Amino acid sequence: MADLSVKIAGVTFKNPIIAASGTIGFGREYSEFYPLSVFGGISCKGTTLLERPGNPPPRIAETPMGMLNAVGLQNPGVEHFMQEDLPWLLQQDTVAIANVAGSSLEDYCRMAEILSDTDIDMIELNISCPNVKEGGVQFGTSCESVAAVTKAVRKVCRKPLMIKLSPNVADIAAIAQAAESEGADAVSLINTLTGMRIDIRTRRPIITNNTGGLSGPAVFPVAVRMVWQVKKAVKIPVVGLGGISTWQDAVEMMIAGADAIQIGTVLFTDPYAPIKIAEGLNRYLDENGMTSVTELTHTIQAY
Amino acid sequence: MKYDAQDCELVEKYQLTPTIYDFRLRNPALAALTKPGQFVQVLVPSKTLRRPISVCDVEGDVIRLVFEVRGEGTALMAQTRVGETVNIIAPLGHGFTLHPNEKTIFIGGGIGVPPMLYSAKQCGSNAIVINGFRHKEAVILEEDFRQAAGRVIITTDDGSYGIHGFVTQPLAEVIEGADRICACGPTPMLRNIAKMAQQYGVPCEVSLEQRMACGVGACLGCAVAVKDGDRVVYRHVCKDGPVFSSEAVAWDGEKPQPPAVKKEG
Repeated sequence: MADLSVKIAGVTFKNPIIAASGTIGFGREYSEFYPLSVFGGISCKGTTLLERPGNPPPRIAETPMGMLNAVGLQNPGVEHFMQEDLPWLLQQDTVAIANVAGSSLEDYCRMAEILSDTDIDMIELNISCPNVKEGGVQFGTSCESVAAVTKAVRKVCRKPLMIKLSPNVADIAAIAQAAESEGADAVSLINTLTGMRIDIRTRRPIITNNTGGLSGPAVFPVAVRMVWQVKKAVKIPVVGLGGISTWQDAVEMMIAGADAIQIGTVLFTDPYAPIKIAEGLNRYLDENGMTSVTELTHTIQAY
Repeated sequence: MKYDAQDCELVEKYQLTPTIYDFRLRNPALAALTKPGQFVQVLVPSKTLRRPISVCDVEGDVIRLVFEVRGEGTALMAQTRVGETVNIIAPLGHGFTLHPNEKTIFIGGGIGVPPMLYSAKQCGSNAIVINGFRHKEAVILEEDFRQAAGRVIITTDDGSYGIHGFVTQPLAEVIEGADRICACGPTPMLRNIAKMAQQYGVPCEVSLEQRMACGVGACLGCAVAVKDGDRVVYRHVCKDGPVFSSEAVAWDGEKPQPPAVKKEG
Protein backbone atom coordinates (compact mmCIF):
# COMPACT_ATOMS: atom_id res chain seq x y z
CA MET A 1 0.00 0.00 0.00
CA ALA A 2 1.53 3.26 -1.14
CA ASP A 3 1.11 6.48 0.80
CA LEU A 4 -1.74 8.38 -0.85
CA SER A 5 -1.44 11.50 1.28
CA VAL A 6 -0.54 14.83 -0.29
CA LYS A 7 0.20 18.26 1.13
CA ILE A 8 -1.33 21.22 -0.66
CA ALA A 9 -0.61 24.71 0.62
CA GLY A 10 0.33 23.32 4.03
CA VAL A 11 -2.84 21.25 4.34
CA THR A 12 -2.52 17.47 4.51
CA PHE A 13 -5.06 15.46 2.53
CA LYS A 14 -5.22 11.73 3.35
CA ASN A 15 -5.57 11.04 -0.37
CA PRO A 16 -5.39 13.28 -3.45
CA ILE A 17 -9.09 12.85 -4.34
CA ILE A 18 -11.16 15.95 -3.60
CA ALA A 19 -14.86 16.36 -4.36
CA ALA A 20 -15.29 19.23 -6.82
CA SER A 21 -17.37 22.24 -5.85
CA GLY A 22 -20.98 22.24 -6.98
CA THR A 23 -21.33 18.51 -7.38
CA ILE A 24 -21.61 17.39 -3.78
CA GLY A 25 -23.37 20.26 -2.03
CA PHE A 26 -22.02 20.43 1.50
CA GLY A 27 -21.55 16.66 1.61
CA ARG A 28 -24.64 15.43 3.44
CA GLU A 29 -26.34 13.68 0.52
CA TYR A 30 -23.28 11.63 -0.41
CA SER A 31 -22.66 10.69 3.23
CA GLU A 32 -25.66 8.36 2.75
CA PHE A 33 -23.49 6.28 0.39
CA TYR A 34 -20.26 6.17 2.41
CA PRO A 35 -18.37 8.11 5.07
CA LEU A 36 -17.09 11.34 3.52
CA SER A 37 -13.65 10.39 4.83
CA VAL A 38 -13.20 8.43 1.58
CA PHE A 39 -12.40 11.83 0.09
CA GLY A 40 -9.11 13.56 0.79
CA GLY A 41 -11.15 16.74 0.84
CA ILE A 42 -14.45 18.29 -0.10
CA SER A 43 -14.80 21.57 -1.90
CA CYS A 44 -18.21 22.84 -0.90
CA LYS A 45 -20.90 24.28 -3.14
CA GLY A 46 -19.97 27.84 -4.10
CA THR A 47 -21.19 30.25 -1.46
CA THR A 48 -21.88 33.95 -1.77
CA LEU A 49 -22.23 36.74 0.76
CA LEU A 50 -26.01 36.73 0.43
CA GLU A 51 -28.38 33.91 -0.41
CA ARG A 52 -28.84 33.34 -4.16
CA PRO A 53 -31.93 31.69 -5.66
CA GLY A 54 -30.05 30.42 -8.74
CA ASN A 55 -31.18 30.26 -12.35
CA PRO A 56 -34.63 29.25 -13.63
CA PRO A 57 -34.95 25.61 -14.77
CA PRO A 58 -34.09 23.69 -16.86
CA ARG A 59 -30.54 23.96 -15.54
CA ILE A 60 -29.18 20.69 -16.94
CA ALA A 61 -28.60 19.24 -20.40
CA GLU A 62 -26.81 16.06 -21.31
CA THR A 63 -24.12 16.20 -23.98
CA PRO A 64 -21.95 13.58 -25.68
CA MET A 65 -19.80 12.24 -22.83
CA GLY A 66 -20.78 15.00 -20.48
CA MET A 67 -23.32 17.56 -19.40
CA LEU A 68 -24.06 21.26 -19.26
CA ASN A 69 -25.20 22.95 -16.10
CA ALA A 70 -26.33 26.45 -15.29
CA VAL A 71 -27.36 26.21 -11.65
CA GLY A 72 -26.30 29.83 -11.15
CA LEU A 73 -24.72 29.52 -7.70
CA GLN A 74 -27.93 28.75 -5.84
CA ASN A 75 -26.84 28.76 -2.20
CA PRO A 76 -28.14 29.82 1.20
CA GLY A 77 -25.40 32.41 1.78
CA VAL A 78 -22.14 32.22 3.69
CA GLU A 79 -23.63 32.80 7.16
CA HIS A 80 -26.02 29.89 6.71
CA PHE A 81 -23.14 27.75 5.47
CA MET A 82 -21.08 28.61 8.55
CA GLN A 83 -23.91 27.95 10.98
CA GLU A 84 -25.69 24.97 9.46
CA ASP A 85 -23.25 23.09 7.27
CA LEU A 86 -19.66 23.78 8.29
CA PRO A 87 -19.80 22.43 11.88
CA TRP A 88 -21.16 19.13 10.56
CA LEU A 89 -18.64 18.94 7.71
CA LEU A 90 -15.72 19.59 10.07
CA GLN A 91 -16.61 16.35 11.90
CA GLN A 92 -16.41 14.18 8.78
CA ASP A 93 -12.66 13.48 8.83
CA THR A 94 -11.95 15.09 5.48
CA VAL A 95 -10.39 18.42 4.50
CA ALA A 96 -13.11 21.09 4.26
CA ILE A 97 -12.68 23.67 1.52
CA ALA A 98 -15.00 26.66 1.17
CA ASN A 99 -15.65 27.68 -2.43
CA VAL A 100 -16.22 31.42 -2.49
CA ALA A 101 -17.92 33.40 -5.26
CA GLY A 102 -18.63 37.09 -5.44
CA SER A 103 -20.03 39.77 -7.68
CA SER A 104 -17.50 42.38 -6.58
CA LEU A 105 -13.98 42.58 -5.20
CA GLU A 106 -15.49 43.65 -1.87
CA ASP A 107 -17.66 40.51 -1.77
CA TYR A 108 -14.66 38.23 -2.23
CA CYS A 109 -12.68 40.04 0.47
CA ARG A 110 -15.54 40.17 2.95
CA MET A 111 -16.16 36.44 2.57
CA ALA A 112 -12.49 35.56 2.91
CA GLU A 113 -12.41 37.64 6.09
CA ILE A 114 -15.49 36.00 7.56
CA LEU A 115 -14.33 32.48 6.68
CA SER A 116 -10.85 33.13 8.08
CA ASP A 117 -12.48 33.24 11.52
CA THR A 118 -13.86 29.70 11.11
CA ASP A 119 -12.16 26.30 11.29
CA ILE A 120 -12.40 25.78 7.53
CA ASP A 121 -9.18 24.23 6.19
CA MET A 122 -8.86 26.12 2.92
CA ILE A 123 -10.54 28.68 0.71
CA GLU A 124 -11.04 28.10 -3.00
CA LEU A 125 -11.70 31.35 -4.83
CA ASN A 126 -14.26 30.79 -7.56
CA ILE A 127 -13.41 33.32 -10.26
CA SER A 128 -14.57 31.00 -12.99
CA CYS A 129 -18.31 30.38 -12.69
CA PRO A 130 -19.74 30.86 -16.20
CA ASN A 131 -23.38 30.87 -15.12
CA VAL A 132 -23.92 34.14 -13.28
CA LYS A 133 -24.45 37.56 -14.80
CA GLU A 134 -22.21 39.52 -12.46
CA GLY A 135 -18.87 38.48 -11.11
CA GLY A 136 -17.71 34.91 -11.37
CA VAL A 137 -15.84 34.38 -14.58
CA GLN A 138 -15.41 38.11 -15.32
CA PHE A 139 -12.74 38.09 -12.59
CA GLY A 140 -11.05 35.08 -14.08
CA THR A 141 -10.46 35.85 -17.73
CA SER A 142 -7.66 38.43 -17.70
CA CYS A 143 -4.32 38.39 -15.93
CA GLU A 144 -5.00 41.88 -14.54
CA SER A 145 -8.32 40.97 -12.94
CA VAL A 146 -6.98 37.65 -11.57
CA ALA A 147 -4.02 39.49 -10.07
CA ALA A 148 -6.26 42.18 -8.61
CA VAL A 149 -8.72 39.81 -6.93
CA THR A 150 -5.96 37.51 -5.67
CA LYS A 151 -4.03 40.46 -4.25
CA ALA A 152 -7.06 41.96 -2.52
CA VAL A 153 -8.20 38.67 -1.02
CA ARG A 154 -4.68 37.66 -0.01
CA LYS A 155 -4.45 40.74 2.22
CA VAL A 156 -7.43 39.69 4.32
CA CYS A 157 -7.38 35.90 3.94
CA ARG A 158 -5.82 34.01 6.84
CA LYS A 159 -6.45 30.58 5.33
CA PRO A 160 -4.61 28.71 2.59
CA LEU A 161 -5.88 30.25 -0.62
CA MET A 162 -6.51 28.28 -3.81
CA ILE A 163 -7.66 30.04 -6.97
CA LYS A 164 -10.01 28.08 -9.27
CA LEU A 165 -9.25 28.94 -12.86
CA SER A 166 -11.49 29.18 -15.89
CA PRO A 167 -10.57 27.32 -19.08
CA ASN A 168 -12.38 30.00 -21.10
CA VAL A 169 -9.14 31.95 -21.61
CA ALA A 170 -6.42 32.23 -24.25
CA ASP A 171 -3.42 31.53 -22.00
CA ILE A 172 -4.22 29.72 -18.78
CA ALA A 173 -0.54 29.47 -17.78
CA ALA A 174 -0.29 33.27 -17.71
CA ILE A 175 -3.45 33.45 -15.60
CA ALA A 176 -2.01 30.94 -13.14
CA GLN A 177 1.21 32.96 -12.94
CA ALA A 178 -0.83 36.10 -12.19
CA ALA A 179 -2.48 34.29 -9.26
CA GLU A 180 0.83 32.93 -8.02
CA SER A 181 2.55 36.31 -8.19
CA GLU A 182 -0.10 37.87 -5.94
CA GLY A 183 0.15 35.23 -3.24
CA ALA A 184 -2.11 32.33 -4.20
CA ASP A 185 -1.09 29.17 -2.33
CA ALA A 186 -2.44 26.82 -5.02
CA VAL A 187 -4.50 26.81 -8.20
CA SER A 188 -7.27 24.42 -9.19
CA LEU A 189 -8.31 23.90 -12.80
CA ILE A 190 -10.39 23.61 -14.85
CA ASN A 191 -13.82 24.99 -14.12
CA THR A 192 -16.40 24.22 -16.83
CA LEU A 193 -16.15 25.24 -20.46
CA THR A 194 -19.00 27.44 -21.64
CA GLY A 195 -21.27 25.46 -23.92
CA MET A 196 -24.76 25.38 -25.41
CA ARG A 197 -27.39 22.90 -26.63
CA ILE A 198 -30.46 23.78 -28.69
CA ASP A 199 -33.69 21.80 -29.05
CA ILE A 200 -34.05 21.57 -32.85
CA ARG A 201 -37.82 21.10 -32.55
CA THR A 202 -38.49 24.31 -30.61
CA ARG A 203 -35.24 26.11 -31.63
CA ARG A 204 -34.82 27.10 -28.01
CA PRO A 205 -31.77 26.41 -25.86
CA ILE A 206 -32.32 23.42 -23.59
CA ILE A 207 -31.02 25.42 -20.63
CA THR A 208 -33.01 28.54 -19.71
CA ASN A 209 -29.73 30.41 -19.11
CA ASN A 210 -29.05 29.74 -22.83
CA THR A 211 -25.48 28.71 -22.09
CA GLY A 212 -24.07 26.44 -19.41
CA GLY A 213 -20.84 24.96 -18.18
CA LEU A 214 -19.63 21.78 -19.88
CA SER A 215 -18.23 19.06 -17.63
CA GLY A 216 -17.68 15.32 -17.73
CA PRO A 217 -15.35 13.06 -19.76
CA ALA A 218 -15.75 15.32 -22.82
CA VAL A 219 -13.58 18.03 -21.21
CA PHE A 220 -10.92 15.69 -19.81
CA PRO A 221 -8.32 16.12 -22.61
CA VAL A 222 -8.65 19.91 -22.38
CA ALA A 223 -8.13 19.72 -18.62
CA VAL A 224 -5.05 17.49 -18.97
CA ARG A 225 -3.52 19.91 -21.46
CA MET A 226 -4.17 22.95 -19.27
CA VAL A 227 -2.88 21.29 -16.09
CA TRP A 228 0.30 20.36 -17.98
CA GLN A 229 0.73 23.94 -19.22
CA VAL A 230 0.08 25.44 -15.79
CA LYS A 231 2.37 23.02 -13.94
CA LYS A 232 5.26 24.08 -16.16
CA ALA A 233 4.55 27.76 -15.43
CA VAL A 234 4.11 27.87 -11.64
CA LYS A 235 5.77 26.56 -8.49
CA ILE A 236 2.65 26.45 -6.29
CA PRO A 237 0.63 23.20 -6.14
CA VAL A 238 -1.77 22.47 -8.99
CA VAL A 239 -5.06 20.69 -8.35
CA GLY A 240 -6.32 19.11 -11.57
CA LEU A 241 -9.94 18.56 -12.42
CA GLY A 242 -12.20 18.27 -15.42
CA GLY A 243 -13.85 15.05 -16.52
CA ILE A 244 -11.89 12.61 -14.37
CA SER A 245 -14.02 9.48 -14.13
CA THR A 246 -11.67 6.51 -13.70
CA TRP A 247 -8.51 5.76 -11.74
CA GLN A 248 -6.66 5.79 -15.06
CA ASP A 249 -7.85 9.37 -15.63
CA ALA A 250 -6.63 10.29 -12.15
CA VAL A 251 -3.21 8.80 -12.85
CA GLU A 252 -3.05 10.61 -16.20
CA MET A 253 -3.98 13.94 -14.61
CA MET A 254 -1.28 13.55 -11.99
CA ILE A 255 1.31 12.56 -14.58
CA ALA A 256 0.37 15.74 -16.48
CA GLY A 257 1.18 17.81 -13.41
CA ALA A 258 -1.55 17.63 -10.79
CA ASP A 259 -0.53 17.45 -7.12
CA ALA A 260 -4.09 16.45 -6.27
CA ILE A 261 -7.28 15.98 -8.26
CA GLN A 262 -10.93 16.86 -7.96
CA ILE A 263 -13.82 14.73 -9.19
CA GLY A 264 -17.32 16.01 -9.82
CA THR A 265 -19.57 14.96 -12.65
CA VAL A 266 -18.57 11.30 -12.32
CA LEU A 267 -20.35 11.26 -8.95
CA PHE A 268 -23.65 11.56 -10.85
CA THR A 269 -22.79 8.53 -12.96
CA ASP A 270 -21.25 6.50 -10.14
CA PRO A 271 -21.42 7.78 -6.57
CA TYR A 272 -18.81 5.21 -5.60
CA ALA A 273 -16.18 6.62 -7.99
CA PRO A 274 -13.92 8.08 -5.25
CA ILE A 275 -13.48 4.66 -3.65
CA LYS A 276 -12.77 2.97 -6.99
CA ILE A 277 -10.30 5.72 -7.97
CA ALA A 278 -8.42 5.41 -4.66
CA GLU A 279 -8.19 1.62 -5.05
CA GLY A 280 -6.97 1.87 -8.65
CA LEU A 281 -4.47 4.58 -7.82
CA ASN A 282 -3.06 2.45 -5.01
CA ARG A 283 -2.72 -0.59 -7.26
CA TYR A 284 -1.01 1.46 -9.95
CA LEU A 285 1.51 2.89 -7.48
CA ASP A 286 2.28 -0.57 -6.08
CA GLU A 287 2.71 -2.06 -9.54
CA ASN A 288 5.04 0.76 -10.50
CA GLY A 289 7.11 0.56 -7.35
CA MET A 290 6.11 3.95 -6.03
CA THR A 291 5.75 4.37 -2.26
CA SER A 292 4.02 7.77 -2.38
CA VAL A 293 1.47 9.22 -4.75
CA THR A 294 3.54 12.41 -4.80
CA GLU A 295 6.15 10.55 -6.90
CA LEU A 296 3.64 10.49 -9.74
CA THR A 297 3.10 14.23 -10.11
CA HIS A 298 4.42 15.75 -13.30
CA THR A 299 6.30 12.62 -14.38
CA ILE A 300 5.21 13.22 -17.95
CA GLN A 301 7.85 12.44 -20.56
CA ALA A 302 6.76 15.11 -23.01
CA TYR A 303 8.10 15.27 -26.56
CA MET B 1 -29.38 3.29 4.68
CA LYS B 2 -31.75 5.78 3.07
CA TYR B 3 -30.69 5.00 -0.50
CA ASP B 4 -27.85 3.29 -2.31
CA ALA B 5 -26.47 2.57 -5.76
CA GLN B 6 -26.77 -1.15 -6.40
CA ASP B 7 -27.05 -3.68 -9.19
CA CYS B 8 -30.39 -5.34 -9.86
CA GLU B 9 -31.20 -8.27 -12.10
CA LEU B 10 -33.75 -7.62 -14.84
CA VAL B 11 -36.06 -10.54 -14.16
CA GLU B 12 -38.99 -9.68 -16.44
CA LYS B 13 -39.38 -7.36 -19.39
CA TYR B 14 -42.42 -6.54 -21.50
CA GLN B 15 -43.10 -4.00 -24.21
CA LEU B 16 -46.51 -2.47 -23.44
CA THR B 17 -46.77 -0.14 -26.47
CA PRO B 18 -44.34 0.75 -29.28
CA THR B 19 -42.56 3.15 -26.89
CA ILE B 20 -43.36 1.95 -23.35
CA TYR B 21 -41.48 -0.79 -21.52
CA ASP B 22 -42.23 -2.67 -18.32
CA PHE B 23 -39.16 -3.80 -16.30
CA ARG B 24 -39.08 -5.87 -13.13
CA LEU B 25 -35.78 -5.45 -11.28
CA ARG B 26 -34.85 -7.73 -8.40
CA ASN B 27 -33.04 -6.22 -5.42
CA PRO B 28 -34.42 -7.22 -2.01
CA ALA B 29 -32.59 -4.48 -0.07
CA LEU B 30 -33.69 -1.60 -2.27
CA ALA B 31 -37.21 -2.98 -2.82
CA ALA B 32 -37.70 -3.16 0.95
CA LEU B 33 -36.83 0.53 1.31
CA THR B 34 -38.98 1.80 -1.56
CA LYS B 35 -42.19 3.65 -0.77
CA PRO B 36 -45.03 4.66 -3.12
CA GLY B 37 -44.28 7.71 -5.26
CA GLN B 38 -40.50 7.42 -5.02
CA PHE B 39 -38.18 7.13 -8.02
CA VAL B 40 -34.90 5.54 -9.02
CA GLN B 41 -31.91 6.76 -11.04
CA VAL B 42 -31.03 4.23 -13.72
CA LEU B 43 -27.44 3.98 -14.95
CA VAL B 44 -27.30 3.83 -18.74
CA PRO B 45 -24.03 2.43 -20.11
CA SER B 46 -22.03 5.10 -22.00
CA LYS B 47 -24.18 7.95 -20.63
CA THR B 48 -22.96 10.51 -18.10
CA LEU B 49 -26.35 11.11 -16.51
CA ARG B 50 -28.63 8.50 -15.03
CA ARG B 51 -32.31 8.46 -16.04
CA PRO B 52 -34.82 9.27 -13.30
CA ILE B 53 -37.71 6.78 -13.52
CA SER B 54 -40.67 6.66 -11.14
CA VAL B 55 -41.40 3.44 -9.32
CA CYS B 56 -44.55 1.85 -10.74
CA ASP B 57 -44.87 -0.86 -8.11
CA VAL B 58 -42.99 -2.95 -5.59
CA GLU B 59 -43.73 -6.70 -5.60
CA GLY B 60 -41.76 -8.36 -2.80
CA ASP B 61 -38.10 -8.29 -3.85
CA VAL B 62 -38.88 -6.63 -7.15
CA ILE B 63 -39.08 -2.97 -8.17
CA ARG B 64 -41.26 -2.46 -11.22
CA LEU B 65 -40.44 0.38 -13.60
CA VAL B 66 -42.67 1.33 -16.53
CA PHE B 67 -40.93 3.89 -18.71
CA GLU B 68 -41.22 5.56 -22.06
CA VAL B 69 -38.46 5.70 -24.67
CA ARG B 70 -37.98 9.44 -25.11
CA GLY B 71 -34.39 9.76 -26.25
CA GLU B 72 -31.07 7.99 -26.60
CA GLY B 73 -30.74 7.07 -22.94
CA THR B 74 -34.13 5.45 -22.51
CA ALA B 75 -33.67 3.74 -25.92
CA LEU B 76 -30.46 2.16 -24.59
CA MET B 77 -32.27 1.19 -21.38
CA ALA B 78 -34.94 -0.56 -23.44
CA GLN B 79 -32.26 -2.78 -25.01
CA THR B 80 -31.41 -4.40 -21.64
CA ARG B 81 -32.11 -8.13 -21.77
CA VAL B 82 -33.67 -10.33 -19.10
CA GLY B 83 -30.90 -11.72 -16.87
CA GLU B 84 -28.70 -8.67 -17.37
CA THR B 85 -27.84 -6.21 -14.62
CA VAL B 86 -29.18 -2.71 -14.19
CA ASN B 87 -27.55 -0.35 -11.68
CA ILE B 88 -29.95 1.96 -9.90
CA ILE B 89 -29.78 4.52 -7.12
CA ALA B 90 -32.89 3.91 -5.04
CA PRO B 91 -35.16 4.79 -3.45
CA LEU B 92 -35.16 8.55 -4.05
CA GLY B 93 -37.46 11.45 -3.23
CA HIS B 94 -40.67 11.19 -1.30
CA GLY B 95 -44.14 10.25 -2.43
CA PHE B 96 -47.77 11.21 -1.84
CA THR B 97 -49.41 11.67 1.54
CA LEU B 98 -51.57 8.56 1.73
CA HIS B 99 -54.16 7.47 4.26
CA PRO B 100 -55.63 4.05 3.36
CA ASN B 101 -59.02 4.89 4.86
CA GLU B 102 -59.50 8.11 2.93
CA LYS B 103 -61.35 8.43 -0.34
CA THR B 104 -58.42 9.29 -2.59
CA ILE B 105 -58.49 10.15 -6.27
CA PHE B 106 -55.41 9.10 -8.24
CA ILE B 107 -55.01 10.78 -11.62
CA GLY B 108 -52.41 9.87 -14.21
CA GLY B 109 -51.88 11.32 -17.65
CA GLY B 110 -49.92 9.36 -20.28
CA ILE B 111 -46.56 8.28 -18.91
CA GLY B 112 -47.71 9.87 -15.63
CA VAL B 113 -49.94 6.82 -15.16
CA PRO B 114 -47.37 4.20 -14.01
CA PRO B 115 -46.16 6.17 -10.95
CA MET B 116 -49.68 6.07 -9.51
CA LEU B 117 -50.06 2.27 -9.26
CA TYR B 118 -48.13 1.56 -6.06
CA SER B 119 -49.74 4.59 -4.41
CA ALA B 120 -53.29 3.61 -5.48
CA LYS B 121 -52.73 0.11 -4.08
CA GLN B 122 -52.26 1.61 -0.63
CA CYS B 123 -55.85 2.89 -0.65
CA GLY B 124 -57.38 -0.22 -2.24
CA SER B 125 -61.15 0.04 -2.38
CA ASN B 126 -60.97 3.69 -1.31
CA ALA B 127 -58.96 4.54 -4.42
CA ILE B 128 -60.68 6.13 -7.41
CA VAL B 129 -58.36 6.08 -10.40
CA ILE B 130 -58.67 8.34 -13.44
CA ASN B 131 -56.13 7.57 -16.15
CA GLY B 132 -55.98 9.66 -19.31
CA PHE B 133 -54.33 8.70 -22.61
CA ARG B 134 -54.12 10.13 -26.14
CA HIS B 135 -55.86 7.18 -27.77
CA LYS B 136 -56.80 3.52 -27.29
CA GLU B 137 -53.38 2.16 -28.37
CA ALA B 138 -51.67 4.19 -25.65
CA VAL B 139 -53.74 2.74 -22.79
CA ILE B 140 -51.50 0.84 -20.34
CA LEU B 141 -51.81 -0.94 -16.98
CA GLU B 142 -55.64 -0.98 -17.02
CA GLU B 143 -55.89 -4.46 -15.48
CA ASP B 144 -53.25 -3.63 -12.84
CA PHE B 145 -55.22 -0.60 -11.71
CA ARG B 146 -58.55 -2.52 -11.74
CA GLN B 147 -57.01 -5.03 -9.32
CA ALA B 148 -55.52 -2.30 -7.14
CA ALA B 149 -58.34 0.23 -6.84
CA GLY B 150 -62.01 0.49 -6.02
CA ARG B 151 -62.90 2.23 -9.27
CA VAL B 152 -61.00 2.90 -12.51
CA ILE B 153 -62.00 5.46 -15.12
CA ILE B 154 -60.16 5.70 -18.45
CA THR B 155 -60.27 8.72 -20.72
CA THR B 156 -58.82 9.19 -24.20
CA ASP B 157 -58.30 12.50 -25.96
CA ASP B 158 -59.85 11.16 -29.19
CA GLY B 159 -62.60 9.07 -27.63
CA SER B 160 -61.25 5.80 -29.05
CA TYR B 161 -61.52 4.18 -25.60
CA GLY B 162 -63.28 5.05 -22.36
CA ILE B 163 -64.55 8.57 -21.84
CA HIS B 164 -63.92 11.00 -24.69
CA GLY B 165 -62.01 13.95 -23.23
CA PHE B 166 -59.60 14.95 -20.51
CA VAL B 167 -59.26 13.56 -16.98
CA THR B 168 -60.83 16.71 -15.53
CA GLN B 169 -64.29 15.71 -16.91
CA PRO B 170 -64.72 12.57 -14.79
CA LEU B 171 -62.88 14.32 -11.96
CA ALA B 172 -65.73 16.86 -11.76
CA GLU B 173 -68.13 13.98 -11.11
CA VAL B 174 -66.17 12.27 -8.33
CA ILE B 175 -64.37 15.17 -6.63
CA GLU B 176 -67.14 16.04 -4.20
CA GLY B 177 -66.59 14.19 -0.94
CA ALA B 178 -63.05 13.17 -1.87
CA ASP B 179 -60.48 13.45 0.91
CA ARG B 180 -57.47 14.00 -1.33
CA ILE B 181 -56.13 13.99 -4.87
CA CYS B 182 -52.80 12.64 -6.14
CA ALA B 183 -51.77 13.38 -9.72
CA CYS B 184 -48.93 12.89 -12.18
CA GLY B 185 -48.79 13.90 -15.82
CA PRO B 186 -48.28 16.81 -18.22
CA THR B 187 -48.06 20.26 -16.61
CA PRO B 188 -51.27 21.68 -18.20
CA MET B 189 -53.21 18.70 -16.85
CA LEU B 190 -51.72 19.13 -13.38
CA ARG B 191 -52.45 22.86 -13.42
CA ASN B 192 -56.13 22.21 -14.24
CA ILE B 193 -56.40 19.55 -11.56
CA ALA B 194 -54.79 21.92 -9.05
CA LYS B 195 -57.41 24.57 -9.90
CA MET B 196 -60.31 22.17 -9.42
CA ALA B 197 -58.86 20.86 -6.17
CA GLN B 198 -58.66 24.42 -4.89
CA GLN B 199 -62.26 25.19 -5.94
CA TYR B 200 -63.55 22.13 -4.11
CA GLY B 201 -61.20 22.50 -1.15
CA VAL B 202 -59.67 19.05 -1.64
CA PRO B 203 -55.99 18.65 -0.65
CA CYS B 204 -54.01 17.84 -3.77
CA GLU B 205 -50.46 16.70 -4.42
CA VAL B 206 -48.71 16.49 -7.79
CA SER B 207 -45.63 14.58 -8.89
CA LEU B 208 -43.32 16.74 -11.01
CA GLU B 209 -40.37 16.10 -13.28
CA GLN B 210 -37.35 18.16 -14.31
CA ARG B 211 -34.02 17.56 -16.02
CA MET B 212 -31.93 16.01 -13.28
CA ALA B 213 -28.29 15.18 -12.59
CA CYS B 214 -27.33 13.79 -9.17
CA GLY B 215 -30.79 12.63 -8.04
CA VAL B 216 -29.99 13.03 -4.35
CA GLY B 217 -30.20 16.79 -3.72
CA ALA B 218 -26.53 17.73 -4.02
CA CYS B 219 -26.15 19.39 -7.42
CA LEU B 220 -29.31 21.54 -7.34
CA GLY B 221 -29.96 20.87 -11.04
CA CYS B 222 -33.64 19.87 -10.99
CA ALA B 223 -35.07 23.14 -9.67
CA VAL B 224 -38.77 23.87 -9.47
CA ALA B 225 -40.29 27.16 -8.33
CA VAL B 226 -42.36 26.69 -5.18
CA LYS B 227 -44.22 29.13 -2.92
CA ASP B 228 -42.96 29.24 0.65
CA GLY B 229 -45.15 31.62 2.63
CA ASP B 230 -45.11 34.88 0.67
CA ARG B 231 -41.84 34.05 -1.07
CA VAL B 232 -41.12 31.98 -4.16
CA VAL B 233 -38.08 29.71 -3.83
CA TYR B 234 -36.42 27.01 -5.87
CA ARG B 235 -36.83 23.54 -4.44
CA HIS B 236 -35.56 20.37 -6.06
CA VAL B 237 -37.57 17.57 -7.63
CA CYS B 238 -35.11 14.88 -6.52
CA LYS B 239 -34.94 15.66 -2.82
CA ASP B 240 -37.87 17.93 -1.94
CA GLY B 241 -40.16 16.14 -4.41
CA PRO B 242 -41.00 14.64 -6.79
CA VAL B 243 -44.31 15.14 -4.98
CA PHE B 244 -45.31 18.69 -4.04
CA SER B 245 -48.50 20.20 -2.65
CA SER B 246 -50.39 21.61 -5.65
CA GLU B 247 -50.95 24.83 -3.71
CA ALA B 248 -47.21 25.33 -3.33
CA VAL B 249 -46.31 24.95 -7.01
CA ALA B 250 -45.74 28.29 -8.79
CA TRP B 251 -48.04 27.43 -11.74
CA ASP B 252 -47.94 30.92 -13.25
CA GLY B 253 -44.20 31.11 -13.81
CA GLU B 254 -43.42 33.10 -10.67
CA LYS B 255 -39.69 33.26 -10.04
CA PRO B 256 -37.69 33.66 -6.85
CA GLN B 257 -36.29 37.12 -6.26
CA PRO B 258 -32.84 37.61 -4.76
CA PRO B 259 -32.94 38.96 -1.21
CA ALA B 260 -32.93 42.73 -0.95
CA VAL B 261 -29.43 44.05 -0.27
CA LYS B 262 -29.23 45.45 3.25
CA LYS B 263 -28.17 49.07 3.23
CA GLU B 264 -25.64 49.94 5.87
CA GLY B 265 -25.68 53.10 8.00
